[in-house]
Amino acid sequence: MLKVLKSGFYTSIQDKGRFGQRNYGVPVSGVMDSYSSQFANAIIGNSKEAAVIEITMTGPSLQFLKPTIIAISGANIQPQLNNVDVEMNLCISIKANDILSFGRLKTGFRAYLAVKDGFQSPLVLGSRSMYKAITIDNRIQGGDIIEYESYDVNNQSANATIKCINEIIELSTLEVYKGPEFNKLADDKQKQLLEITFKVSKLNSRMAYQLEPIIENNLEQILTAPVLPGTLQLTPSGQLIVLMRDCQTTGGYPRVLQLTEKSINILSQKTTGSNLKIRLKV
Amino acid sequence: MEFKLQYSQLNEYSILIEWPVIIDEKMLKNILNFKNAIHKKYSKQKVEVINTYNSILIIYDFNINDATSEFEMLKSLFLDKTNYSESKPHIWEVPVCYDDEFGVDLEHFSNLKKLSISEIIQLHSEAIYTVYFIGFLPGFLYLGGLNSNLFLDRKTAPKLNVKEGSVAIGGQQTGIYPQDSPGGWHIIGNSPIKLFNSNQNPPCNIKAGDKVKFVPISNTGYKHIQLDIMQSEYQLKSIKIDA
Repeated sequence: MLKVLKSGFYTSIQDKGRFGQRNYGVPVSGVMDSYSSQFANAIIGNSKEAAVIEITMTGPSLQFLKPTIIAISGANIQPQLNNVDVEMNLCISIKANDILSFGRLKTGFRAYLAVKDGFQSPLVLGSRSMYKAITIDNRIQGGDIIEYESYDVNNQSANATIKCINEIIELSTLEVYKGPEFNKLADDKQKQLLEITFKVSKLNSRMAYQLEPIIENNLEQILTAPVLPGTLQLTPSGQLIVLMRDCQTTGGYPRVLQLTEKSINILSQKTTGSNLKIRLKV
Repeated sequence: MEFKLQYSQLNEYSILIEWPVIIDEKMLKNILNFKNAIHKKYSKQKVEVINTYNSILIIYDFNINDATSEFEMLKSLFLDKTNYSESKPHIWEVPVCYDDEFGVDLEHFSNLKKLSISEIIQLHSEAIYTVYFIGFLPGFLYLGGLNSNLFLDRKTAPKLNVKEGSVAIGGQQTGIYPQDSPGGWHIIGNSPIKLFNSNQNPPCNIKAGDKVKFVPISNTGYKHIQLDIMQSEYQLKSIKIDA
């Protein structure tokens, strides 16, 4: 069992998401940066499906009540075990009652904590991902208890030898496909989208990231149509909205671009004020 | 009726198929038949197929290697009508209380449309609506078939908290809010039934292609149904119809 002593800014349990429920209007959810979370799982030999804890900006304080092994990847929030610095991207042995805490955010925006065989919180519609209206809470709270299987550290063979490429944190170019309504944009607007430097606005969450500046346009609204994480919508007032993992399943704003999976991961590690360029995938 | 379809790849793992930009029941039938055929084709793989008014989105759990050959396969699947199995739609009877305790915008609506409250209730509850798809919120039904006398532009500023079960009109659409949420539609009533339950799978009994009829109930009727739901003794009424 894991005891949440402090919750941090926005900490939630996520896995690969709620695949197969979009027909009922259920967002897919799941980890924002699938690259870093898969990496954390891989270090300790978990499957891709194992549920992790997604930590945003400010880390929680967590007490492990049973022995296990863990790994932390993604943003560097200076993890500490019993007040001693521990390395990111390495297998860490945990004894009963060890306390994991975090310092100040150094790089990126979201870190992933994986535990051997994954966190065993309740499965709802095939996923442990927290999302309002589906699970009881949309994030973990101080005092929460989260289940995991105890694991004998001595079973652990050689250290992980997977090389971590932390490029997701460093990159600032988003690769995109043309969206279904891209060609309805005037030529100069198409060019503008692909040439200017965008900034992440303060409106950014698991549901969507807004980008600045405004792109004036005369696109008409569309008949409500399917959207996905990574769909970049351009509203009539010129707002650029990049839908993220908790996004709704359908939308009525023109879909001008579609981010690649890797670009969603890159954007997930950005916060207010970060600069971004958009590049068309060839 | 034959429709001209457009196939495109949206990202690494999804394909978008678009019909003409219209809202039409016959076209919906065509879309849902094709959707069933795609589901059947991929019954052994992890694939999600969602639809809206005029499109289907296929989301694979793996990357598409060769989009062109995938398009070809889908195109021949579309043409081969032997794959089509008509699923029989249900008509769901959804109880709605139009009492002013719930229909907080009814009076305003009545003034703007110059219709009496009882006329509004009659027009709203006599129609049989078609469920085109579910989107926006878990369990939010996109319904077609609103009487044009009830069309009213949505509010200029959305209300921050619309109560779960609210039945509302926005533009040319009507719908039920399955959870508390912000919303800009005019609220004319409330339904005590739970449209969405994440503890059951599927979480929503009503699906695209089904029909919905609103049945006016009294305030007392509302409280009775609420009690029955709490004691798990309520079952939403539906009849299966031949397509």
